[in-house]
Formats: sequence, structure tokens, C-alpha cells
Amino acid sequence: MTTTSYSELLKKGVERRRVSRKGTNGFMLTLTGALTVLALIPLFWIIGYVFYKGGSTLNLAFFTQLPKPVGMTGGGVLHAIEGSLIVTFLATIMAFIPGVLAAFYAARNPNTVLGIGLRFSTDVLSGVPSIVVGLFAYALIVKPQGHYSALAGGVALAILMVPTIIRTTEEMLKLVPTNLREASLALGAPEWKTSISVLLPAAMDGVITGVLLAIARAAGETAPLLFTTLGNERFDLGTIISSGVTNHQSIIQILGRIFSSPIDSLPLTLWKYAGMPYPERVQQAWGVALILLILVLATNILARVWIEIRKRKLRG
Amino acid sequence: MEMNMNIEVKQNKDFTVNEMAEIKVRTSQLSVYYGKFRALTDINMEIHDRKITAIIGPSGCGKSTLLRSFNRMNDLTPSAHVEGKIELDGEDIYGKNVDVVDIRRRIGMVFQRPNPFPKSIYDNVAYGPRLYGIRQRNHLDGIVESSLKQSALWDEVKDKLHQSGMSLSGGQQQRLCIARALAVQPEVILMDEPASALDPISTLRIEELMHDLAKSYTIIIVTHNMQQAARVSDFTAMMMIDETRSGRMIEYNTTNIIFTRPQDKRTEDYVTGRFG
Amino acid sequence: MENEIQETQPSVRRTLEIEIQELRDDLLYLGSMVEKQILGAVDSLKQRDLVSSQKIIDTDFEINRNRYAIEEKVMIAIATQQPMAHDLRLLASILEISGELERMGDYAKGIATISLRMKDEPLLKPLIDIPVMAQKGADMLHRALTAFINEDIEVARAIPEEDDVVDSLYAQVYRELTAFIMQDPTTIKRANWLLWVAHNLERVSDRVTNICERTIFSATGEMRETVSKNLG
Repeated sequence: MTTTSYSELLKKGVERRRVSRKGTNGFMLTLTGALTVLALIPLFWIIGYVFYKGGSTLNLAFFTQLPKPVGMTGGGVLHAIEGSLIVTFLATIMAFIPGVLAAFYAARNPNTVLGIGLRFSTDVLSGVPSIVVGLFAYALIVKPQGHYSALAGGVALAILMVPTIIRTTEEMLKLVPTNLREASLALGAPEWKTSISVLLPAAMDGVITGVLLAIARAAGETAPLLFTTLGNERFDLGTIISSGVTNHQSIIQILGRIFSSPIDSLPLTLWKYAGMPYPERVQQAWGVALILLILVLATNILARVWIEIRKRKLRG
Repeated sequence: MEMNMNIEVKQNKDFTVNEMAEIKVRTSQLSVYYGKFRALTDINMEIHDRKITAIIGPSGCGKSTLLRSFNRMNDLTPSAHVEGKIELDGEDIYGKNVDVVDIRRRIGMVFQRPNPFPKSIYDNVAYGPRLYGIRQRNHLDGIVESSLKQSALWDEVKDKLHQSGMSLSGGQQQRLCIARALAVQPEVILMDEPASALDPISTLRIEELMHDLAKSYTIIIVTHNMQQAARVSDFTAMMMIDETRSGRMIEYNTTNIIFTRPQDKRTEDYVTGRFG
Repeated sequence: MENEIQETQPSVRRTLEIEIQELRDDLLYLGSMVEKQILGAVDSLKQRDLVSSQKIIDTDFEINRNRYAIEEKVMIAIATQQPMAHDLRLLASILEISGELERMGDYAKGIATISLRMKDEPLLKPLIDIPVMAQKGADMLHRALTAFINEDIEVARAIPEEDDVVDSLYAQVYRELTAFIMQDPTTIKRANWLLWVAHNLERVSDRVTNICERTIFSATGEMRETVSKNLG
């Protein structure tokens, strides 16, 4: 009669499990790998397709020239590139400071009426369709002023950026150890000084990342710009500046002219060109799509690289 | 076989350490409340000038609360309020006309985790002086150097003052934080478990540093680590919570007495590791 | 990581080291007092100087006080500084040796007490071997303590062998004094006094042997008796 001891049974069990474990492990690894590839296919498909369709359009002229009249080949989308940069720049300026300040308030006073209200409205705002935001900016600025402008577009995009900036900044501020704040207060520093010279630098990496991501999102928006910047194929930054300089206008005046004129942007141009019955324009729409894609990708990559560099720097 | 012609003399000498230094900080009937909850009850203690006073006791006995009431860090908790008095050189720090900023300058603080600001080593130390309007470069240079020398960090960082404070090791970061606190010329330094996040060697270095600092500063340290309290301090206060979960001071004496002949049974049980 | 600023490494336990150094000094001081007491006790006995005999007894109080002070310091150092390994052995040895020294002080006091009891009675015989024993014991004590402070194991191993010299001197004194008693039983009291004196001195050198054992223990961690001793 053979008696199998408990430890032998355990050994056998372990051996059995080892075999089945290896099998299960291999299967799951394959499955997750395959699904990952599946999820990545659309991304690379889009990128590849846009590169394929738009790549041939890209040349120096495309970046440096204004559009030729409809029906003619050649010309570029300089006006749209300039417009996108201007509108996004305006939006960033307008969204950054209020967004960061609001985030400080929310992070420090999460349980006050204003703090809770702020968080709630941020959530609501980030869910509002962008076209509604465009309509709002139209009613707020375009209607009273009587004309479309870069400023109105900037306001619309700023409203879209604010929730992202508030949210990321708030999260980053929460990650700053509380005793960093206490250390500053314990030295006799007032709260505002602590926020600006200790908490903000400590959270800066996250804030910058948040802003870059907000920019990347806003730069791709079309709908809010329809009602606010209208589009302007004859917009020419170089001419405005050089005529301003020859007429001895001040910087304020030049900026005023830039911000108050209707302006084009990449997504808007893409939307318009793609719907045109002229094959050259449709072809150019692919080029615009490619530029837009590259800009958004570049911004995202910049944000990641920034974080990486700062991390290394902090480590010394 | 011993010879018994000798007359045995048994002496019962009391070896009380007689160090009646000046009193720097005195609390009288100090109670701290968080809302309705009384976190500390009737703390009476005298902190001796240029001595190291340790506050020990089991977790949650109010050690940190007591420490943080010395430089009014409890003010930062909106629901907190204080009854009784804490006098610094005879002046009630919770008095009507007292400037909190000045109290915090005179009573510095070092925290549990090393927390250098995300700035250079130089700017970390210069942060305090700059708050008080000192901007002249040569003046700041002098303060930074002397503070870092006092915290025994100068030799290690003098060539790297503009490197980030975060690039230092844990022990060095803590000494940087001590230098930062010293830069505003405090009279009292509060230390909230200053070595609990450090390795044993760094811990001993901080302890030796405290010994050196005690020549010029009054130091109050909160520690979970009784051995540390025993090693570094001149006086030890033992705290415990009572049945209402409020912190009380049950024994306060020279460290030598607390660790060799405590008077209270609970202190004895705590320092011998029988509870806590 | 490779960029991490290097820490300099001075001793991190200065407090404990200072306390140990103080204790070493205290122990040497106590030792030198005891040495003087032994020599002084025998000398005042030889000179029949009752005043200095009384002084020896008075000084013994001071020796006891110093011994308690050392004990207290050692206890505080152990309680507060958590010494380990060599530091711990050293402190334990200091505690033990201070006790040995105190007992040796008691022997000196015992000799002085005998001297006082003898009052104006003359010595049974002129002291020859007894001062040599005292001299030898004090000398051994001196060298043993120096060896302890220097942690000189060689010396600490050698000294106990000299105990034989003291033992044979004691045997010599014993034989002489029993001869006196056998010749004239009326001398029994005076002979007995001197016998006790010699016995005390013999014990002194036994205790020196203990100090040497502690020295070896403190330096190496070995705990064992060096040579057999203790005749009576």
C-alpha cells in the first residue's frame, strides 16, 4: 500500500499548475497582444492615409504662399497656418491665467460652495458641444462688434481650454506634498507667496503638460471658429505688419488690426476645401489635414518630452 | 570567602541632573481643539533654553499637535482653536497683537519627510531671507554659506549650490531643510520626526547635528523612536491619550531619569516597550 | 544617480564616544585613588600612624561615591545611547571594573580599620613581606588599568601570572605568623591582625586578575578565566 504524503501531493499539484499556468499565460499574452494591435490599426491607418493622400501636396509654396484664385493650381495655406497660430495663441493667453488661478482656488478650498461649484461647472463646461461654445462667442463678441475676428475665435477656444487647464492644474497641485506648503508657511511666507513661488513651480510640469494638451485639442476645433473667425483667404500677416511699420503704427495698433480681422485657421480651411467642387482644393485639403495632424502630434510629443526632461532635471 | 571587617556603606545618592537653564517656552493649561474635539488637554511644560526637549508617546497621542501649536501651524486648520497660553520669552504667542509671521520666523520647523522646494540649493536656503526683504547678493551669499555650514552640509554642496535641492540624498535633503530653517535666524527649532524617513546613518548624523545646534538654539523634537529621544534629548515629555482620546502629558523630566527611573508606570511600560 | 552629491563621513556617534571617554577617565581616576589607598593603608600601619589610617577610612567614602557615579553614568549611557558590540562590552566591563575597584578600596579600608584597632599595641614583627605585597598589588593594578584603557591584550594576559608571586608571599607571611602563634599563644591576636592584612592584600591581586579578564572580554569578546587563582 502506498501512502502519498501531503507534501508529495503538493508537489504534484504545483507541477500540474505549472503546466497549465504556462499554457494560460501564453494564450492571454497572445490575446492581449492581438487586441492591442487591433486597437492601434485605426490610428496608424489614419496617420498613414493622411500622409499618403496629403504628402504629395506639401512643398515649400504650400507653407509660404497665400491661396491662388479658385481653379488655379499652386498656392498655399500660409493664411491658415498663421491664423491657427494666432487664434490658438490668443486662446492660450486668455485661458491660462484664469484657469491656473481657479485651479489654485479649487485645490485649496475643495469643500466650499465656490469650490464645489467650480468643479461642477468645469465638468459641465468640458461636456458642452464646441459648436455651442462658438455660438456663445458669436453672441458675446461678434454680434455686438458687428464683425468676425480672431479675438472672438480666441475667446471661443479659450472657453474650451479652460476646463482642461483647471482640471490638470488642480490634479497637479493636489500631488504637491502638503508639507512643502507648510514648510513655506512655517518660514513665515504668506499664502499667495507660497502658491506662486513654491506650489506653482512644483506643479509646473503638470500644468505645462495640461496646457499643451489643451492647445492640441483646441487647435483641431472647427465648429467654434465657424461662428467667430469666419475665415479669410486674403489674411496676410506679413502685409499687415509691414504696412503697419511703414505707416509708423505702434505695436498695439498692429496687434489690434491682427486680432480684429476675420481670420482663417487650419481646421476651418480643411472643412471648407474638402467641400469644394474643385479637385485642386480637395487635394489641398489633404495637405492641410496632414499639417494639422503633424501639429497635434508634435504638441503631444512635446508635452511628453517636456515631462521627461523635467524629470531628469529634478533627479539632478 | 569575603572578609567582613569592612564597614559597608550604602549610599542612596540621587543623581538628578541639575541643569536649571533658562525657560525659553512655557505652556500653561494649553488645550487644543479641532471643532468640538479636544485634541490636547491642559499641557503644562517648560522648555529650557538651548536644550533639546523630546516629546514621545504612542501614535495619536497629540505629539505633533502640540509641536504645531508652538509656531501656530494649527492656525492653518480652520476648525482648530487654542485655550491656555504658550509663552515665548514670556510673551503669549497667541496674544492679540502678536504677528504670526514673526512667531514663525522665531520658531522654525523641520518636517518628517525632507521637503526641499523645487529650487536650487542656494534658493532653498535664501527663500526665507528673501521673504524678509533681503535681496543683496553678497548678503544672501553669506547667509546661505553660514546656514549650510551650521547644518553641516556646506562641504558637500559648496560647488553645487545651483543644482536642484532634489538632487541630494535623503539625509542631505533633510540637512538642507534644516539650513533653510536656520537662515531666518530662529530661536527655537521644531522638529517633527526629522529622521523617520532616513536610513540609520543619516539618522545618526541628524542627531549629532542636533547636538551641535543645541549650543545656539532651543530644539523641540517629536519622535516615535524612543531610542532617538533617549540619544539626543536633555529633557523628555511623555504623552498619552486619556479616556476621551485627548492628549495629556503624563510625565516630564530629564531624559536620564525618564529612561532610567521613570516615575509613572505608563512611562515605564512605554520606554521598556511593553506597550505603544 | 551618478550625479548624486557625495556625503562626507565623520563619526556619527560623537555623543556616545565622548561619554565613553569620560567614563574611561573616571575609571582611571578611581583606580589611582584605590592604588594610593592600598599603599597608604599599609604605610600607615607600618608607621603606626593612626591619623592617616583614619584618613584612609574617610577617603573610602569618596571612592564609593565615585563608583556609584560611574555606575549611574554607564546605566544612562546604556539606556540612552543604545551601545552595541564593542561599545556595549566596554561599558559592561567599566561597570564590572568599577565594582572591583570599590572592593579593593574596601580592602585598604579594612587594613586601616585593623591599624586603628591595634591602637598603641606594637607590631608583632617588623613588616617586610606585607609592604612588598602591597607594592606588588598596587603595581599590578596600575598596569592592569593601563592595559584596559589601551586594550592591550598581551599585558592583560601576562599580569595574572604575576599573581603567583603575591600568593607565595602570602604563604610566606602565613607560615611566619603561625610559627609565632605556636611559639607563644599570647601573640594570637596580634598575629591574626597581620594575617588579615596579608589576606586583604592577597585579595587585591586576585581582583586585578578579574580586571585583566574584563580587558580581554572588552577587547575581544572572549569571556574566560585567565589562570586559576584564589587560595583562600
